[in-house]
Amino acid sequence: MVDILISGASQGLIWAILALGVYISYRILDFADLTCEGCITLGASVAALLIWQEVHPVLAVLVAFVAGCIAGIITGVLHTKLKIPPILAGILTMISLYSINIHIMSLATGTQGTANLSLLKFSSNVLYTKVGALMGMDKMSAAILLGVVICVAVIGLLYLFFGTEIGSSIRATGNNEKMCRAQGIDTDLTKIIGLALSNGLIAMSGSLLCQYQGYSDVNMGVGAIVIGLASIIIGEAIFSKAKNFMLKLTGIVVGSVIYRVVVALVIFSGMPSTDLKIMTAVVVIAALCLTGFFNKIGKRSSLDKRDQHVKDAKKEEG
Amino acid sequence: MSDKPMLSLKNVTKAFYPGTVNEKIALNDLSIDLAPGDFVTVIGGNGAGKSTMLNATAGVFHIDRGSIMIDSVDITKLPEHKRAKYIGRVFQDPMTGTASNMQIEENLALAARRGKLRGLGWSITAAERKEFRELLSVLGLGLEDRMTAKVGLLSGGQRQALTLLMATLKKPKLLLLDEHTAALDPKTAAKVLEISDKLIAENDLTALMVTHNMKDAIAHGNRLIMMHEGRIILDVSGKEKQELTVEALIEKFSQTSGETFASDRALLN
Ligand SMILES: Nc1ncnc2c1ncn2[C@@H]1O[C@H](COP(=O)(O)OP(=O)(O)O)[C@@H](O)[C@H]1O
Ligand SMILES: [Mg+2]
Repeated sequence: MVDILISGASQGLIWAILALGVYISYRILDFADLTCEGCITLGASVAALLIWQEVHPVLAVLVAFVAGCIAGIITGVLHTKLKIPPILAGILTMISLYSINIHIMSLATGTQGTANLSLLKFSSNVLYTKVGALMGMDKMSAAILLGVVICVAVIGLLYLFFGTEIGSSIRATGNNEKMCRAQGIDTDLTKIIGLALSNGLIAMSGSLLCQYQGYSDVNMGVGAIVIGLASIIIGEAIFSKAKNFMLKLTGIVVGSVIYRVVVALVIFSGMPSTDLKIMTAVVVIAALCLTGFFNKIGKRSSLDKRDQHVKDAKKEEG
Repeated sequence: MSDKPMLSLKNVTKAFYPGTVNEKIALNDLSIDLAPGDFVTVIGGNGAGKSTMLNATAGVFHIDRGSIMIDSVDITKLPEHKRAKYIGRVFQDPMTGTASNMQIEENLALAARRGKLRGLGWSITAAERKEFRELLSVLGLGLEDRMTAKVGLLSGGQRQALTLLMATLKKPKLLLLDEHTAALDPKTAAKVLEISDKLIAENDLTALMVTHNMKDAIAHGNRLIMMHEGRIILDVSGKEKQELTVEALIEKFSQTSGETFASDRALLN
């Protein structure tokens, strides 16, 4: 039982990186980006290929990040330069990545059409084994430690980045593009940078996941965006009062961990794992309805607040 | 005053939906020069092309023919965000000019970097906060004490005042105001106009201000133009402008255009 909770938590920490990436596109840029689904597999396949080549697993994670950035840039260019709507731009990249991922995995085996790459023979060259050996821990503890360290680092870096001039321009782009252009911000560029960062993180999450589960599979990304959204929604529900950006990001990680722990418990209780995706979808639909409901209440009170300010302002103006 | 114009539109033509039954020539071979320091008010009926003239200048879309120069720089082919280096803008809708999910000071900090390359420096510095506080206190709206409040919480008038401040924070070569008081109640509109006058005078700005209020058009600025069907049909300045009356303007409009003034709003004001 405890094992189940710990394994759920360690997976949650890995998927949290994906959720943070989805948060950047979905919430900050206001761009529903489906690249995600192909991108997590891209990260996994790239990392698996490199680990087969005996490349250091840390380097494999970094290269996966870069590969994800490139995928994000492609979606961004399709949208901004070729004027393809966001959802379609993401789908086009996602579907292309399906073929590309198979090519990447085929490079490792030398067999065309490899849709699945196992790391079984290379388990000594996997991040979790290495960290475990280094710290004298079992794989599970190593996964938790590594997960926490990576999440803290990613949150810290994102917090710093969105406090910079470029980061602030990306936030503004998701908020009001017209205003951005009037203030000299190249909104095509900010969107592309935001999507690159988002998909970089998603691929990084994939590269960790493949090392954790010991394989990359061309279908492992199916439904990933929904899982990311579920984590975001759970995190936002729990940290609903959070104003600070760092807290909001932390909330997403917590949301992802909770999601995975719940999933682990549900499967443990006997639900077939193939029903997981519909369960996730139902959770997201329910959460969206509920938050929609709460938002309405919340908006009303913030409207009241606004009206009050307007009244104050009128008094001052008049 | 230098003899080189600050803004020069030469034979600018812009058609929407060209080649279709809906073709609309919004700007028809329009030319105008603004001398440095000119504060020009723009009037005309609905659909006369006032907004199109401002949007063409700001680069919201490219023009079909003609050229646009700012301070002798040809900007005809520059994209919108690159023209922002030269141009400050305030829009009719108070929601358009600011990012509502971001704080007042964050909005000002974005505006402080207009025309500069944005890098990995901090989006706002302590020195800027101090400067913004002083600038905001001059507006007299109490915003200096709410610098970390989300702009979405402000009233329309407060947002327009903030947008004005953002548009002039880095002195623009040209300020474009497109009916920026039209969405406000009369009292607030007057206050925002007063702030506009003040910022334009203090910074010695060259400005184009579209208004549907003829009285305002006469009372503000040093030059007035009237537009009709994508052309300028009246252009008065100096003493002649000061002596204009609303009645005279309406008279002029029907004479030149052969129509009665189309905008009811203009008559009501
Ligand atoms: N983006 C656009 N797309 C199509 N037609 C437009 C667009 N902008 C303006 N027009 C048309 O061009 C004409 C001039 O519009 P506009 O410049 O907005 O007039 P106004 O003087 O009232 O500001 C109108 O007939 C309008 O319908
Ligand atoms: Mg208009």
